[in-house]
Amino acid sequence: MHTVDLRGVCCPANFVRAKLALEEFETGEGVRILLDDGEAVKNVPRSLKAEGHHLVSLKETPEGYFILDLKKGED
Amino acid sequence: MAEQSEKSHVDLNQLKAGGFIKELGKDLFSVRLRVPGGRMAVSCLKKIVEVAEKYGGEFVHLSVRQSIELVHVNFKHIGDVAEELGMVRQKVASCGARVRVPVACGGCEYNPKGLMDTQKSALEIDAKLFGTETGHHKFKVAFAGCSSDCPKSATNDVGFQGAVLPVLDKDACVGCGLCIKTCTVDAIRTGEDDKPVFAPERCIYCGDCIKICPTEAWKAGKRGYTVRIGGKWGRNPLVGTLFATFLPEEKVADFISAVLAWYRKNSEGLGRIRLGDVIIRQGTEGLLSDLRNKFPQHAVEATIPPQVIDTQIGKRP
Repeated sequence: MHTVDLRGVCCPANFVRAKLALEEFETGEGVRILLDDGEAVKNVPRSLKAEGHHLVSLKETPEGYFILDLKKGED
Repeated sequence: MAEQSEKSHVDLNQLKAGGFIKELGKDLFSVRLRVPGGRMAVSCLKKIVEVAEKYGGEFVHLSVRQSIELVHVNFKHIGDVAEELGMVRQKVASCGARVRVPVACGGCEYNPKGLMDTQKSALEIDAKLFGTETGHHKFKVAFAGCSSDCPKSATNDVGFQGAVLPVLDKDACVGCGLCIKTCTVDAIRTGEDDKPVFAPERCIYCGDCIKICPTEAWKAGKRGYTVRIGGKWGRNPLVGTLFATFLPEEKVADFISAVLAWYRKNSEGLGRIRLGDVIIRQGTEGLLSDLRNKFPQHAVEATIPPQVIDTQIGKRP
Protein backbone atom coordinates (compact mmCIF):
# COMPACT_ATOMS: atom_id res chain seq x y z
CA MET A 1 0.00 0.00 0.00
CA HIS A 2 1.16 3.54 -0.75
CA THR A 3 1.95 5.68 2.26
CA VAL A 4 1.53 9.44 2.53
CA ASP A 5 3.40 10.78 5.54
CA LEU A 6 1.74 13.93 6.83
CA ARG A 7 3.38 13.98 10.24
CA GLY A 8 4.69 17.42 11.11
CA VAL A 9 2.34 19.09 8.62
CA CYS A 10 -0.27 21.29 10.29
CA CYS A 11 -3.95 21.97 9.50
CA PRO A 12 -5.18 22.73 6.92
CA ALA A 13 -2.01 22.11 4.88
CA ASN A 14 -2.11 18.40 5.80
CA PHE A 15 -5.59 18.02 4.30
CA VAL A 16 -4.59 19.86 1.12
CA ARG A 17 -1.44 17.70 0.86
CA ALA A 18 -3.56 14.56 1.32
CA LYS A 19 -5.98 15.72 -1.35
CA LEU A 20 -3.17 16.42 -3.81
CA ALA A 21 -1.51 13.08 -3.03
CA LEU A 22 -4.81 11.21 -3.59
CA GLU A 23 -5.09 12.68 -7.08
CA GLU A 24 -2.22 10.37 -8.07
CA PHE A 25 -4.18 7.22 -7.28
CA GLU A 26 -7.05 5.31 -8.90
CA THR A 27 -10.55 5.02 -7.47
CA GLY A 28 -10.72 2.03 -5.12
CA GLU A 29 -6.97 1.96 -4.49
CA GLY A 30 -5.85 1.66 -0.86
CA VAL A 31 -3.81 4.50 0.58
CA ARG A 32 -2.21 4.78 4.02
CA ILE A 33 -1.89 8.21 5.61
CA LEU A 34 0.24 8.98 8.65
CA LEU A 35 -1.12 11.72 10.91
CA ASP A 36 -0.07 13.46 14.09
CA ASP A 37 -2.23 13.30 17.22
CA GLY A 38 -4.42 16.31 18.04
CA GLU A 39 -6.00 18.56 15.42
CA ALA A 40 -4.63 16.53 12.52
CA VAL A 41 -6.18 13.18 13.48
CA LYS A 42 -9.43 14.88 14.48
CA ASN A 43 -9.91 16.88 11.28
CA VAL A 44 -8.18 15.20 8.34
CA PRO A 45 -10.13 11.89 8.34
CA ARG A 46 -13.47 13.74 8.57
CA SER A 47 -12.55 16.07 5.72
CA LEU A 48 -11.38 13.16 3.55
CA LYS A 49 -14.65 11.33 4.21
CA ALA A 50 -16.58 14.45 3.19
CA GLU A 51 -14.55 14.44 -0.06
CA GLY A 52 -15.95 10.99 -0.84
CA HIS A 53 -13.09 8.69 0.22
CA HIS A 54 -13.86 5.49 2.13
CA LEU A 55 -12.22 5.36 5.55
CA VAL A 56 -11.19 1.84 6.50
CA SER A 57 -9.40 2.07 9.83
CA LEU A 58 -7.48 4.27 12.19
CA LYS A 59 -4.81 2.85 14.48
CA GLU A 60 -2.61 4.56 17.02
CA THR A 61 1.04 3.51 17.01
CA PRO A 62 3.17 3.07 20.15
CA GLU A 63 5.12 6.14 18.96
CA GLY A 64 1.96 8.25 19.31
CA TYR A 65 1.06 8.96 15.70
CA PHE A 66 -1.88 7.54 13.72
CA ILE A 67 -2.23 5.31 10.68
CA LEU A 68 -5.31 6.03 8.60
CA ASP A 69 -6.13 3.50 5.90
CA LEU A 70 -8.60 4.49 3.22
CA LYS A 71 -9.78 3.58 -0.23
CA LYS A 72 -9.83 6.35 -2.77
CA GLY A 73 -13.34 7.49 -3.74
CA GLU A 74 -14.69 8.60 -7.11
CA ASP A 75 -12.92 11.56 -8.71
CA MET B 1 -40.55 77.11 0.67
CA ALA B 2 -38.55 74.23 -0.73
CA GLU B 3 -36.23 74.41 2.27
CA GLN B 4 -39.21 74.38 4.60
CA SER B 5 -40.59 71.16 3.13
CA GLU B 6 -37.16 69.49 3.20
CA LYS B 7 -36.85 70.26 6.89
CA SER B 8 -40.17 68.68 7.79
CA HIS B 9 -39.53 65.55 5.73
CA VAL B 10 -38.97 63.39 8.80
CA ASP B 11 -41.47 60.62 9.38
CA LEU B 12 -41.63 60.13 13.13
CA ASN B 13 -43.02 56.65 12.63
CA GLN B 14 -39.64 55.73 11.14
CA LEU B 15 -38.06 56.58 14.47
CA LYS B 16 -40.52 54.67 16.63
CA ALA B 17 -39.14 51.15 16.33
CA GLY B 18 -35.64 52.45 16.87
CA GLY B 19 -32.67 51.68 14.68
CA PHE B 20 -31.82 55.39 14.33
CA ILE B 21 -29.27 56.10 17.00
CA LYS B 22 -28.24 59.59 18.02
CA GLU B 23 -24.57 60.34 17.48
CA LEU B 24 -22.33 62.85 19.25
CA GLY B 25 -22.49 65.40 16.45
CA LYS B 26 -25.43 67.80 16.03
CA ASP B 27 -28.27 66.41 13.87
CA LEU B 28 -26.34 63.22 13.13
CA PHE B 29 -27.62 59.65 13.48
CA SER B 30 -26.29 56.15 12.93
CA VAL B 31 -28.73 53.96 11.01
CA ARG B 32 -28.64 50.34 12.14
CA LEU B 33 -29.75 47.94 9.42
CA ARG B 34 -31.75 44.81 9.96
CA VAL B 35 -29.58 41.87 8.93
CA PRO B 36 -30.98 38.69 10.52
CA GLY B 37 -28.29 36.05 10.92
CA GLY B 38 -25.76 38.36 9.27
CA ARG B 39 -26.66 37.18 5.78
CA MET B 40 -26.68 39.96 3.21
CA ALA B 41 -27.50 39.52 -0.47
CA VAL B 42 -24.73 40.97 -2.62
CA SER B 43 -27.35 42.87 -4.66
CA CYS B 44 -28.65 44.46 -1.47
CA LEU B 45 -25.13 45.30 -0.32
CA LYS B 46 -24.63 47.28 -3.55
CA LYS B 47 -27.66 49.42 -2.77
CA ILE B 48 -26.48 49.97 0.80
CA VAL B 49 -23.14 51.21 -0.54
CA GLU B 50 -25.02 53.60 -2.81
CA VAL B 51 -27.15 54.95 0.05
CA ALA B 52 -24.13 55.21 2.36
CA GLU B 53 -22.22 57.22 -0.25
CA LYS B 54 -25.19 59.53 -0.70
CA TYR B 55 -26.23 60.13 2.91
CA GLY B 56 -23.63 58.60 5.23
CA GLY B 57 -20.03 59.05 6.29
CA GLU B 58 -16.84 57.69 4.79
CA PHE B 59 -17.20 54.32 6.44
CA VAL B 60 -19.85 51.96 7.76
CA HIS B 61 -19.58 50.13 11.04
CA LEU B 62 -20.04 46.36 11.28
CA SER B 63 -21.81 45.99 14.61
CA VAL B 64 -21.01 43.15 16.99
CA ARG B 65 -24.47 41.70 16.32
CA GLN B 66 -23.99 41.35 12.57
CA SER B 67 -25.59 44.62 11.50
CA ILE B 68 -24.25 47.17 9.07
CA GLU B 69 -24.55 50.66 10.58
CA LEU B 70 -24.48 53.73 8.35
CA VAL B 71 -22.88 56.58 10.25
CA HIS B 72 -23.22 60.38 10.18
CA VAL B 73 -26.67 60.45 8.58
CA ASN B 74 -28.33 63.85 8.99
CA PHE B 75 -31.75 63.53 10.66
CA LYS B 76 -33.45 65.29 7.75
CA HIS B 77 -32.38 62.38 5.50
CA ILE B 78 -33.67 59.61 7.72
CA GLY B 79 -36.82 59.27 5.63
CA ASP B 80 -34.84 59.19 2.38
CA VAL B 81 -32.46 56.54 3.71
CA ALA B 82 -35.35 54.31 4.80
CA GLU B 83 -37.16 54.84 1.51
CA GLU B 84 -34.20 54.19 -0.76
CA LEU B 85 -33.15 51.09 1.20
CA GLY B 86 -36.77 49.97 0.93
CA MET B 87 -36.27 49.63 -2.83
CA VAL B 88 -34.21 46.49 -2.15
CA ARG B 89 -36.42 45.58 0.84
CA GLN B 90 -33.58 46.43 3.22
CA LYS B 91 -35.14 47.37 6.55
CA VAL B 92 -33.87 49.30 9.53
CA ALA B 93 -33.24 47.43 12.79
CA SER B 94 -34.36 48.32 16.32
CA CYS B 95 -32.99 49.45 19.62
CA GLY B 96 -34.55 49.87 23.07
CA ALA B 97 -36.76 47.45 25.03
CA ARG B 98 -37.62 45.19 22.14
CA VAL B 99 -36.87 41.82 20.63
CA ARG B 100 -33.72 42.48 18.62
CA VAL B 101 -32.59 41.08 15.30
CA PRO B 102 -31.48 37.47 15.84
CA VAL B 103 -27.81 36.59 15.41
CA ALA B 104 -26.80 33.35 13.71
CA CYS B 105 -23.76 31.53 12.37
CA GLY B 106 -23.56 30.52 8.70
CA GLY B 107 -25.70 27.46 9.43
CA CYS B 108 -25.56 24.07 7.76
CA GLU B 109 -25.98 24.71 4.03
CA TYR B 110 -22.27 25.07 3.33
CA ASN B 111 -20.54 24.75 6.72
CA PRO B 112 -19.64 21.08 7.33
CA LYS B 113 -19.95 21.49 11.11
CA GLY B 114 -23.51 22.86 11.02
CA LEU B 115 -26.17 20.61 12.59
CA MET B 116 -29.19 22.93 12.34
CA ASP B 117 -30.34 25.48 9.77
CA THR B 118 -29.64 28.53 11.92
CA GLN B 119 -30.15 30.91 8.99
CA LYS B 120 -33.69 29.61 8.50
CA SER B 121 -34.40 29.96 12.24
CA ALA B 122 -33.00 33.51 12.35
CA LEU B 123 -35.15 34.58 9.40
CA GLU B 124 -38.26 33.02 10.90
CA ILE B 125 -37.79 34.64 14.31
CA ASP B 126 -36.95 37.97 12.70
CA ALA B 127 -40.18 37.82 10.69
CA LYS B 128 -42.35 36.73 13.62
CA LEU B 129 -40.90 38.47 16.67
CA PHE B 130 -38.59 41.31 15.66
CA GLY B 131 -39.43 44.60 17.36
CA THR B 132 -41.88 43.09 19.86
CA GLU B 133 -41.99 45.40 22.88
CA THR B 134 -40.95 43.61 26.06
CA GLY B 135 -42.12 46.39 28.38
CA HIS B 136 -38.88 46.09 30.36
CA HIS B 137 -35.60 45.72 28.57
CA LYS B 138 -33.92 44.49 25.41
CA PHE B 139 -34.35 40.86 24.43
CA LYS B 140 -31.68 39.06 22.42
CA VAL B 141 -31.78 35.75 20.60
CA ALA B 142 -28.95 33.87 18.91
CA PHE B 143 -28.63 30.65 16.92
CA ALA B 144 -25.47 28.53 16.88
CA GLY B 145 -25.38 25.60 14.48
CA CYS B 146 -23.03 23.34 16.40
CA SER B 147 -21.15 22.81 19.63
CA SER B 148 -18.45 25.32 18.64
CA ASP B 149 -21.13 27.92 19.47
CA CYS B 150 -19.44 30.78 17.61
CA PRO B 151 -22.44 33.10 18.32
CA LYS B 152 -21.95 32.51 22.08
CA SER B 153 -25.61 31.58 22.45
CA ALA B 154 -25.58 31.45 26.26
CA THR B 155 -24.88 35.20 26.49
CA ASN B 156 -28.33 35.90 25.00
CA ASP B 157 -31.74 36.10 26.70
CA VAL B 158 -32.60 32.94 24.78
CA GLY B 159 -29.76 31.11 23.05
CA PHE B 160 -30.08 28.14 20.71
CA GLN B 161 -27.32 25.66 19.90
CA GLY B 162 -27.58 22.90 17.31
CA ALA B 163 -27.38 19.37 18.74
CA VAL B 164 -27.68 15.77 17.58
CA LEU B 165 -28.07 12.60 19.65
CA PRO B 166 -25.99 9.77 18.15
CA VAL B 167 -27.33 6.22 18.02
CA LEU B 168 -25.18 3.21 17.08
CA ASP B 169 -26.24 0.49 14.67
CA LYS B 170 -23.82 -2.17 15.92
CA ASP B 171 -24.29 -4.43 12.90
CA ALA B 172 -23.11 -1.68 10.55
CA CYS B 173 -20.03 -0.96 12.72
CA VAL B 174 -16.70 -2.35 11.47
CA GLY B 175 -14.81 -1.42 14.65
CA CYS B 176 -12.40 0.99 12.93
CA GLY B 177 -12.05 3.12 16.06
CA LEU B 178 -12.44 6.47 14.32
CA CYS B 179 -15.37 7.57 16.51
CA ILE B 180 -13.52 6.72 19.70
CA LYS B 181 -10.59 8.87 18.61
CA THR B 182 -12.73 11.74 17.39
CA CYS B 183 -14.88 12.02 20.53
CA THR B 184 -13.26 14.74 22.66
CA VAL B 185 -15.44 14.22 25.73
CA ASP B 186 -14.78 10.50 26.26
CA ALA B 187 -18.43 9.59 25.60
CA ILE B 188 -17.37 6.69 23.34
CA ARG B 189 -15.07 4.00 24.66
CA THR B 190 -13.77 0.72 23.28
CA GLY B 191 -15.90 -2.27 24.24
CA GLU B 192 -14.77 -5.88 24.68
CA ASP B 193 -15.53 -6.68 21.04
CA ASP B 194 -13.48 -3.64 19.89
CA LYS B 195 -16.75 -1.92 19.02
CA PRO B 196 -17.71 1.41 20.58
CA VAL B 197 -19.67 1.73 23.82
CA PHE B 198 -21.68 4.94 24.20
CA ALA B 199 -21.92 6.86 27.49
CA PRO B 200 -24.82 9.26 26.79
CA GLU B 201 -24.40 11.16 30.06
CA ARG B 202 -21.01 12.43 28.86
CA CYS B 203 -22.20 13.34 25.35
CA ILE B 204 -22.37 17.00 24.30
CA TYR B 205 -24.34 16.15 21.11
CA CYS B 206 -21.69 17.55 18.74
CA GLY B 207 -22.20 14.85 16.10
CA ASP B 208 -18.50 14.34 15.39
CA CYS B 209 -18.94 10.54 15.64
CA ILE B 210 -21.69 10.60 13.01
CA LYS B 211 -19.57 12.73 10.70
CA ILE B 212 -16.46 10.56 10.99
CA CYS B 213 -18.13 7.13 10.80
CA PRO B 214 -17.15 5.48 7.48
CA THR B 215 -20.05 3.01 7.45
CA GLU B 216 -22.91 5.22 8.68
CA ALA B 217 -23.16 3.03 11.79
CA TRP B 218 -23.62 6.16 13.92
CA LYS B 219 -26.88 7.83 13.02
CA ALA B 220 -28.84 10.85 14.22
CA GLY B 221 -31.34 9.60 16.83
CA LYS B 222 -32.78 13.07 17.21
CA ARG B 223 -31.76 16.56 16.23
CA GLY B 224 -32.73 19.98 17.54
CA TYR B 225 -31.61 22.93 19.60
CA THR B 226 -30.11 22.97 23.08
CA VAL B 227 -31.75 26.03 24.67
CA ARG B 228 -30.15 28.22 27.33
CA ILE B 229 -32.01 31.11 28.94
CA GLY B 230 -31.14 34.20 30.93
CA GLY B 231 -27.77 35.20 29.50
CA LYS B 232 -26.58 38.74 28.96
CA TRP B 233 -23.34 40.66 28.85
CA GLY B 234 -22.78 44.32 29.71
CA ARG B 235 -22.38 45.70 33.21
CA ASN B 236 -23.30 42.57 35.13
CA PRO B 237 -22.77 39.59 32.85
CA LEU B 238 -24.75 36.37 33.24
CA VAL B 239 -24.37 33.07 31.43
CA GLY B 240 -27.70 31.51 30.49
CA THR B 241 -28.53 28.02 31.76
CA LEU B 242 -30.14 24.93 30.28
CA PHE B 243 -33.94 24.87 29.95
CA ALA B 244 -34.59 22.60 26.97
CA THR B 245 -32.90 20.02 24.76
CA PHE B 246 -33.52 18.89 21.17
CA LEU B 247 -36.12 21.57 20.54
CA PRO B 248 -37.17 21.15 16.89
CA GLU B 249 -36.91 24.19 14.63
CA GLU B 250 -40.68 24.43 14.14
CA LYS B 251 -41.15 25.00 17.89
CA VAL B 252 -38.60 27.79 18.26
CA ALA B 253 -41.00 30.72 17.73
CA ASP B 254 -43.58 29.35 20.19
CA PHE B 255 -40.81 28.65 22.69
CA ILE B 256 -39.48 32.22 22.57
CA SER B 257 -43.04 33.57 22.82
CA ALA B 258 -43.61 31.49 25.96
CA VAL B 259 -40.41 32.85 27.51
CA LEU B 260 -41.45 36.42 26.60
CA ALA B 261 -44.86 35.90 28.20
CA TRP B 262 -43.25 34.71 31.45
CA TYR B 263 -40.77 37.60 31.34
CA ARG B 264 -43.54 40.21 30.97
CA LYS B 265 -45.68 38.71 33.71
CA ASN B 266 -42.87 38.28 36.20
CA SER B 267 -41.17 41.63 35.66
CA GLU B 268 -44.19 43.71 36.59
CA GLY B 269 -43.12 46.59 38.77
CA LEU B 270 -39.44 45.73 38.39
CA GLY B 271 -38.76 48.37 35.74
CA ARG B 272 -35.88 48.07 33.32
CA ILE B 273 -34.67 44.56 34.10
CA ARG B 274 -33.26 41.79 31.91
CA LEU B 275 -34.75 38.31 31.83
CA GLY B 276 -31.75 36.69 33.56
CA ASP B 277 -32.04 39.00 36.57
CA VAL B 278 -35.78 38.24 36.80
CA ILE B 279 -35.01 34.51 36.86
CA ILE B 280 -32.46 35.06 39.64
CA ARG B 281 -35.10 36.96 41.69
CA GLN B 282 -38.01 34.58 41.04
CA GLY B 283 -36.14 31.30 40.84
CA THR B 284 -36.01 28.94 37.88
CA GLU B 285 -39.01 26.74 38.71
CA GLY B 286 -41.76 29.14 37.56
CA LEU B 287 -40.36 29.55 34.06
CA LEU B 288 -39.31 25.92 33.84
CA SER B 289 -42.78 24.63 34.79
CA ASP B 290 -44.40 26.96 32.22
CA LEU B 291 -42.08 25.55 29.58
CA ARG B 292 -42.61 21.99 30.83
CA ASN B 293 -46.37 22.38 30.35
CA LYS B 294 -45.99 23.69 26.83
CA PHE B 295 -42.98 21.64 25.71
CA PRO B 296 -43.07 18.43 27.79
CA GLN B 297 -40.80 16.53 25.40
CA HIS B 298 -38.07 19.14 25.49
CA ALA B 299 -37.98 21.04 28.80
CA VAL B 300 -35.32 19.70 31.18
CA GLU B 301 -36.12 18.12 34.55
CA ALA B 302 -34.31 20.76 36.56
CA THR B 303 -31.91 23.61 36.00
CA ILE B 304 -29.88 26.25 37.79
CA PRO B 305 -30.27 30.06 37.73
CA PRO B 306 -28.23 32.11 35.24
CA GLN B 307 -24.63 32.11 36.39
CA VAL B 308 -22.97 35.32 37.48
CA ILE B 309 -19.64 36.15 35.86
CA ASP B 310 -17.42 37.97 38.29
CA THR B 311 -15.76 40.78 36.33
CA GLN B 312 -13.83 41.85 39.45
CA ILE B 313 -14.90 45.46 38.95
CA GLY B 314 -17.54 46.92 41.27
CA LYS B 315 -19.97 45.02 43.51
CA ARG B 316 -23.00 43.30 42.07
CA PRO B 317 -26.22 44.91 43.43
